[in-house]
Amino acid sequence: MDGWDGDSEAEDVTMRQPDGSSTVLTTRVDAMLAWVRKNSLWPLPFGTACCAIEFMSSVSAHYDLARFGAEVVRFSPRQSDMMIVAGTITDKMAPIVKRIYDQMAEPKYVISMGACACTGGFYRAYHVVQGVDEFIPVDVYVPGCPPTPEALIHGILKLQEMIQRGETQYDRLKPSKDRVAPAVEAAAE
Amino acid sequence: MTVSSPRKTASHPLSKLLPSEVKATVEQASDDHTVITVERGQLIDVLRALKEHRELRCNLLVDVCGVDYPDRDRRFEVVYHVASLENGRRFRVKVPLDEGDAVVPSAYGLYKAADWFEREAWDMFGIRFEGHPNLKRILTHEAFRGHPLRKDYDPGQRWQLTEAEEMVPDWATTTQDGDDHFETQILNLGPSHPATHGTLRTVVRLDGEVITNAECEIGYLHRCFEKMSETHEWNQVVPYTDRLNYCSSMINGVGYTTAVERMLGIEAPPRAQVVQVILSELSRIMDHCVCLGANLVDLGALTNFWYFFQPREEIYGLLEACAGGRLTISYVRVGGLAHDVPADFEERVRYLLRYIPKFIDDVERLVTSNTIFRDRTEGIGAITAEEAVAWGWTGPCLRASGVPYDVRKAYPYRGYDQYEFDVPIASAGDTYARYLVRMEEMRQSLRIIEQAIDSLPDGPTLTDDHHVALPPKQKVYTEMESLIWHFKLIYEGIKVPAGDAYSLCEGANGELGYYIVSDGGGKPYRIKVRPPCFAIFQTYPHMLIGHMVPDSIAILGSLNIIAGELDR
Repeated sequence: MDGWDGDSEAEDVTMRQPDGSSTVLTTRVDAMLAWVRKNSLWPLPFGTACCAIEFMSSVSAHYDLARFGAEVVRFSPRQSDMMIVAGTITDKMAPIVKRIYDQMAEPKYVISMGACACTGGFYRAYHVVQGVDEFIPVDVYVPGCPPTPEALIHGILKLQEMIQRGETQYDRLKPSKDRVAPAVEAAAE
Repeated sequence: MTVSSPRKTASHPLSKLLPSEVKATVEQASDDHTVITVERGQLIDVLRALKEHRELRCNLLVDVCGVDYPDRDRRFEVVYHVASLENGRRFRVKVPLDEGDAVVPSAYGLYKAADWFEREAWDMFGIRFEGHPNLKRILTHEAFRGHPLRKDYDPGQRWQLTEAEEMVPDWATTTQDGDDHFETQILNLGPSHPATHGTLRTVVRLDGEVITNAECEIGYLHRCFEKMSETHEWNQVVPYTDRLNYCSSMINGVGYTTAVERMLGIEAPPRAQVVQVILSELSRIMDHCVCLGANLVDLGALTNFWYFFQPREEIYGLLEACAGGRLTISYVRVGGLAHDVPADFEERVRYLLRYIPKFIDDVERLVTSNTIFRDRTEGIGAITAEEAVAWGWTGPCLRASGVPYDVRKAYPYRGYDQYEFDVPIASAGDTYARYLVRMEEMRQSLRIIEQAIDSLPDGPTLTDDHHVALPPKQKVYTEMESLIWHFKLIYEGIKVPAGDAYSLCEGANGELGYYIVSDGGGKPYRIKVRPPCFAIFQTYPHMLIGHMVPDSIAILGSLNIIAGELDR
C-alpha cells in the first residue's frame, strides 16, 4: 500500500480477506497513531530572530512545508504539537519558552533550529541561554546560522522517523504503563 | 524642510552661540562632528542651546550612550549625538562623570527621544538620569545584577530569571479612579504572539475596545552585541553586525566597515563599493518585502506575503552565489569584500531587475487601492513631522510624515552621490503612508541598482593596504614580506588608531549609526549601535492611545521593528 511507511511494523500488517482484497489491516495501535501523528505535525514557530525568517521561507511557496504535512502553523500552543525554537533564547525569554512548552498539547515534540537554540551559538554572553535544552527536552537539533530551509525540512523528516520508531523525548519521558506514576508512589508513602 | 550636506567646519566658532556662562571645550572632530565637552551641571543649557538657537536648530537627538574608562580619573562618559535636519550639522556632547556619583540630568524634557536611550545607558552602565520619568532596566531582566557593559563585568556572567519574576507595569495591577470593572481590562500582547514578529511585548489597558494606556517591554532578544564586539577583533565583528537587522544584513556590514575604514583613513576599492551598493539596495528591497508582507498578513492579506517572498528567494540565490550564505552573509570586510563576485554576477543582477518589478506591481494592484486595506490603515497611527523628529524617528517612517531625510542624500557614503534617485515622501504619516513610501523606495532601489550595475568597474575588491587586509595567499607562499604581513595581521589584528568616531548609513529602517571608540588595540574598545527602530519603537505605546487593539497590530507591522536590531 502506497503511503504506508510503518516499515518497522511490517510483520503486523496482515491481509485478512481470503480473496486477496486488502480491506482490513491489522497493526498495533501505537504504530498507527505514530503514522498519523508524524504526517500531521502542527508547528508552533517560537521564532525570535534570524532563524524565524528562514522558517518563513520554509513555509512559503518555494519550499512549501505542506509537502510534509507540517504547514498548519499555529501560534496557540494548545493547538500545536511541534515546537520549532527558531532563534536565540535569552535568559529573559527562557521562562516564556518553558511556559509555552508546558501549554502544548501532548504528544509534543521540539525542534531546536539553528546554532543559537542548540548551543547559544557565538553568543557566549551574559544574557543568552547556552542551548534551549537547558530547560526543555529537544528531539532534533538543526545546525546552521541560520539553517537553510532544506536543513529544517531534513530536521522535520528526521523527527517523523523518530516518531514512527517511538524514539522521541516524549516517548522516553512519558510515564510507563507498568510503572506506578511518581505522584501516586509519593502519595502511598 | 531641506537637508544639505554636512559642512566641514562650523562657519563661525560655536562657543559664541552657547550661553556665555557655559564653560565647555569645543573642538572639531575628524568625523564631521563638533565635539562639546561639558560638566553635567551645564549639560541641559548646552543641549537647549543646540536645539533652540536659530543658527543650530539641532532638532534630532540621534543617540545617548555611556562609555566606561576605568583607567581615567573620571570613569564614565555620557555621549549625546544631536543633529540638525535643517542644516545638516552634527554635534557630539560629552559629559565626564565620577564613578561614585554617576548621575546626569535627563534630557527627556528637551528631546523625547532620550526616553529609551537613557534607560539603556542606566541598564548597561548604571548611570542615573535624574528626572527621567521611568528609569528602569530595559534590555536585561529583573533578576539581573550589575551593569554588563562596564569593563569589569565578566562577559559570561549570567543571571537566571524564574517564571515568578515577570515584568508587569505598576499601572496594570492598580485600579484607577473611574475604572469600570465591566469594561476595563488589561491585555498582554506578546512576547509570543503571531503579530509581534519576534519578541516584543506590549501591555495595554482597555476601556471597552479603546486603548487608554500602553507600555512596551523589550530586551527579549538582547544578545549582547556590544559586549561581544569588545571581545572580538575588528573583522570578527562583521558576522555579529549581520545579525542586527537580519532582514537586510548586508547594510549593517557596509555601515560598520565604512565606520572602521573612516577611522583607519582608507577606502574600499571602487569595485567593492559598487558591489556593496548593489547588494545593499537588494537587501533594502528584501527588508521592505518582509515588512510589507508581514504587515499585510497581519491585516488578513495573505497572498501578498507569498508574492513578496518569491523575489526574496531569487535575491537569496544571488547572495548565496556571492557569499555562500542566504541570510547572514558576512560578505563585507574592513577594506572591501571577502572575495570577488561570481562571473555571472552582472547577468544575475540584470535578471533580478527584470524579475522583481512584476511582484511589486502585483501587490500594488491588489493592495494600494483596496478598500479594506485603506479603511484599516488610513489615519491609523498617524504622527506629525515634529512629533516624529522629537521621538528620534528616521528612515521610511519619518519620510512618511513628510521629512525628506535620507542619509544616502544628506551624508553620502559608498558613492551614493553618484546615483540618481528620488527620496519618496508622503505627508499623512499614517500606516498607509508608510506602506506607500516603502513601495516606492523599492522602485528607487531598483533604479540605483540599474545605474550601479551599468557602472560596475573592474579591479580588486579588497584594499591592498596590508595593515588591514591579508595579502593574496600566493604571495604569502612566495614572498617574505607578505608572509610577515600575514603573520602580523593574524596575530595582532587590525590596529585602528585610538580615538572615537560616529559614522552613519541609511539602514532599511532609518539612520543606522555606529559610535566606535578605539584604544589603538586589535579589538574595538566600545561599539555603540544606534539602531533606527529603537527610537521608533519607543513611540509605539504612545501612538496606541485612542486606537483599538486591531489597529495596534496594523501600526506595529508598519513600523518594521526588527528585534535583532532593537535589542542587539
